[in-house]
Amino acid sequence: MNKAFTPAKSSLLEKVHIDGFLLFSLLSLMLIGLLTIFSSGGQDWDLVNRQLVRLGLAITVMVFFAQIPVLLYQRFAIYFYALGILMLIGVLLFGDVGKGAQRWLDFGFIRFQPSEIMKLAVPLMVAWYISRASLPPKNGDIIVGFVLVFVPTILIAKQPDLGTSLLIASSGIFVLFLAGMAWKLIGFIAMLAGCFAPIMWFFLMEEYQKRRVTTFLNPETDPLGAGYHIIQSKIAIGSGGVEGKGWLQGTQSQLEFLPERHTDFIFAVYSEEFGLIGVLGLLVMYLCIILRGLYIANRAQDAFSKLLAGSITLTFFVYVFVNMGMVSGLLPVVGVPLPLISYGGTSMVTLLAGFGILMSISTQKRLLSR
Amino acid sequence: MARKRQTIRDHSAEANLFARRAFFSMFFVVGFLSLILVNLYHLQVTQFEDYQTRSNGNRIKVLPIAPNRGLIFDRNGVILAENRPVFSLEIIPEEVEDLEATLEQLATLMSLTEDEIYDFNQSRKRQRRFKPLSIRNQLSESDVALFSANQHKFTGVHIEARLSRYYPFKDTLTHMLGYVARINRRDLERLRETEQEANYAATHDIGKQGVEKYHETTLHGQVGYQQVEVNNQGRIIRVLDVQPPVPGSDIVLNIDIELQQRAKQELAGRRGSVVITDTRTGGVLALYSSPSYDPNLFVHGISQKDYSELLNSPYSPLLNRATQGRYPPASTIKPHLALVGLEDEIITPETVIKDTGTYQLKNVSHVWRDWKRWGHGEVDVVKSVEVSCDVFYYDLAFKLGIDRIHESMTEFGFGEFTGIDLHEESRAILPSRGWKRARFNEPWYIGDTISVGIGQGYWNATPLQLAQSLNFLINKGQRHVPRLIKGYMVEGEVQDLPIEMKSPMVVKNEENWDLILDSLYGTVNREHGTARTAFENTNYTSAGKTGTAQLFTVAQDAEYDEDAISEYLRDNAMYVGYAPYVNPEISIAVTIENAGGGGSNAAPLARNVMDFYFERSGYNEIATITAAAHEPVNANE
Repeated sequence: MNKAFTPAKSSLLEKVHIDGFLLFSLLSLMLIGLLTIFSSGGQDWDLVNRQLVRLGLAITVMVFFAQIPVLLYQRFAIYFYALGILMLIGVLLFGDVGKGAQRWLDFGFIRFQPSEIMKLAVPLMVAWYISRASLPPKNGDIIVGFVLVFVPTILIAKQPDLGTSLLIASSGIFVLFLAGMAWKLIGFIAMLAGCFAPIMWFFLMEEYQKRRVTTFLNPETDPLGAGYHIIQSKIAIGSGGVEGKGWLQGTQSQLEFLPERHTDFIFAVYSEEFGLIGVLGLLVMYLCIILRGLYIANRAQDAFSKLLAGSITLTFFVYVFVNMGMVSGLLPVVGVPLPLISYGGTSMVTLLAGFGILMSISTQKRLLSR
Repeated sequence: MARKRQTIRDHSAEANLFARRAFFSMFFVVGFLSLILVNLYHLQVTQFEDYQTRSNGNRIKVLPIAPNRGLIFDRNGVILAENRPVFSLEIIPEEVEDLEATLEQLATLMSLTEDEIYDFNQSRKRQRRFKPLSIRNQLSESDVALFSANQHKFTGVHIEARLSRYYPFKDTLTHMLGYVARINRRDLERLRETEQEANYAATHDIGKQGVEKYHETTLHGQVGYQQVEVNNQGRIIRVLDVQPPVPGSDIVLNIDIELQQRAKQELAGRRGSVVITDTRTGGVLALYSSPSYDPNLFVHGISQKDYSELLNSPYSPLLNRATQGRYPPASTIKPHLALVGLEDEIITPETVIKDTGTYQLKNVSHVWRDWKRWGHGEVDVVKSVEVSCDVFYYDLAFKLGIDRIHESMTEFGFGEFTGIDLHEESRAILPSRGWKRARFNEPWYIGDTISVGIGQGYWNATPLQLAQSLNFLINKGQRHVPRLIKGYMVEGEVQDLPIEMKSPMVVKNEENWDLILDSLYGTVNREHGTARTAFENTNYTSAGKTGTAQLFTVAQDAEYDEDAISEYLRDNAMYVGYAPYVNPEISIAVTIENAGGGGSNAAPLARNVMDFYFERSGYNEIATITAAAHEPVNANE
């Protein structure tokens, strides 16, 4: 096909199953992330170096995951998922408590967050299950799909980790949606969710989670307490204006008025220093990655690959949307980092593992078709 | 094979279905990202100014800078109140690696007490780690030297200098200068009421008494500001703008420190006061109240023990006797009453009474006695002053009546504030019918008037009022307001303030005034004058009037026996006088509590001070007299 016309450089990347466009976009965002971390961390090279190590590790993981054939993912999805569920139960029973939440599993030599596994295991499992029969899925399969999604979601929400459970739930639901779940059913489920919300409020949500929601609805009621994050973050973003205060010049972040400035609230630092123009550029780059992901999904040959690629891409979008929405005051504060920009390790590794799978799908399908 | 069949079975429809869903997802993604963008546009463009303001409000703080307090000089440029650096040992906890070890080492080096360490640790809990915290205030010079030599061993510990008020003459000027001390809650309330709070934002101390209080606004100056950028903990990151403070004005007092020291020396060990004024301007040259205390004690917060000692002392050192002490004016006001009698033509220069030692009113059994048991014989108005004849004034007071006395003596400044630039002043009491009604709810009796005639009874006056009334007399009704402030020191030059005057008194016949001044001359210079002994052989000619105020009413038939009564009930000795007699320069009012007769106790003291004044100025009486070819008027014996 047109394969013969691609230049040699591209074919080198293709040999190692790397999507050049995605790689370039990811690396660009990582660079922006490093610049912003340097600025928000008080120009601390230590912070940058540690993040560089993490990024290196994450990229290695991505390249590794890209080498694994899709077939293997398909075959091992169920075991992966089962292992994840077991570990989640393990966390609830013997987990380590960190920062007021029980998220960690301590194996003695390594501390591990099983919820990270589920970020990949859930879409893998649901995609595998749904793609066994032809699309669109039957109602029975959809119900099974929902059970597969909500068991880990609830287990994680119980830890409690609202951000992650939200991401995992959406990754599974995206599979069902992309598989062609009927619109009527979607409408019905949306209605059910509306009814479920008050139940969640009264029975499932922890006090601190409720407070986040009320604070979100009106942050000015508690400017020094829970509302402080949101108010300071909005001041940072708003005072950035169109052109921004300039790199290393953001007073809100440099003078430490902004909390969590190199992790969850890094977007506020970026907006303050680079302004609306910078934000627009950032959004375009995220959009490029998402569109590329959807393109890969659409080009994939089998249903499992399509669903998995689509889910990974859309979940990435949810990361971006939830983080930006929360930092700019559109959504309540849930602990979701800005992908590829925020300082932090675990979620970065999982995220890039996902992109590795995406790359595996994008490159291996052609090898298969030969 | 099975797999292939499956793929073929679903392929086209599935691909179509997925493509539709993926396409929808794309719109979904674009839509939601647009929502983010719209929100950010709203924050960064529509509400930009609002958030910019709030961001600046976060980071920019305005820090006040205290102005340096104005200095106070005496009339010859001697500094009376200055600003001295005081040193305190401060620690910035953040910069100290091992605070406990450092404290231990410091304790050994500087012999810190356990209390000091405890206080330090207490206040440490309430402060940011990067803010300096003092562990010892007011370091001695040896402390400073000791620490400076060992500074290198203590990172994060340093000596901080701050300007603080110091009064080099200590207790010599206390009642007049007053002192500054830390601003307390009452001061703050007053500053708030007068909308001065912002101006004192960085100021430690405020004038509490005396000139320091009265001229506070002048001395304080205008606060300056420093605009700084701070971080979320309030740490200063950098300075954006500085508006320097305007220091307070340096003021010059009329006080002559040498004269003041002399007055203090003369009053040593006695309770009383000396007021010396310049008769030509009303300027106060010396104002000393004894006993006194060291105002420096108050500047850094006086200890409870020292304060209660001052407060409870039977000698009331806190009282400014010169302006707050209320004494019966006694005979010192006889010249004033005599003048009123002459001006009202109730008496004439020729009026003579016969004093046999007692005075009685018709239908009143009470007998008023003269201080001289056998009386002074025939007494005219001049002699009445010179010998301080009581009976003459019993009669004069009776004829004038209390209403006229009250009216005329008010003009001489009795019962009123003199207007001196001190808040610590009493108006004392010039009695009247209305006053007695209000005070005791009793009518005024004729007997009350008789006592008032010799400056006793209900009549009270402050030594400053006495000095002032004498000046009015000397200046023939010209009324200068007694003033401590002379002017401002501007670049080493004294800029005088205008002399302040009240409206002059009505002079009906100037000869009457001359006659009264002559009687004051006689008191000092003629044979039977009550102050003659005290002023024998002076190099200058002075005039004056003695006074002996009774604090103890002797029973009608009894004798006053000094030894038999308590010290606090003994007579107050008083003297008012001025010199030179021609072209007067200075007037003096001396009051000594419970010292006995004015002529023998207060007058000699006044003489000593006056001697000092004229000796120092090299005054040559003979030359002056010859030039003026002066002969005392109406020298009738």
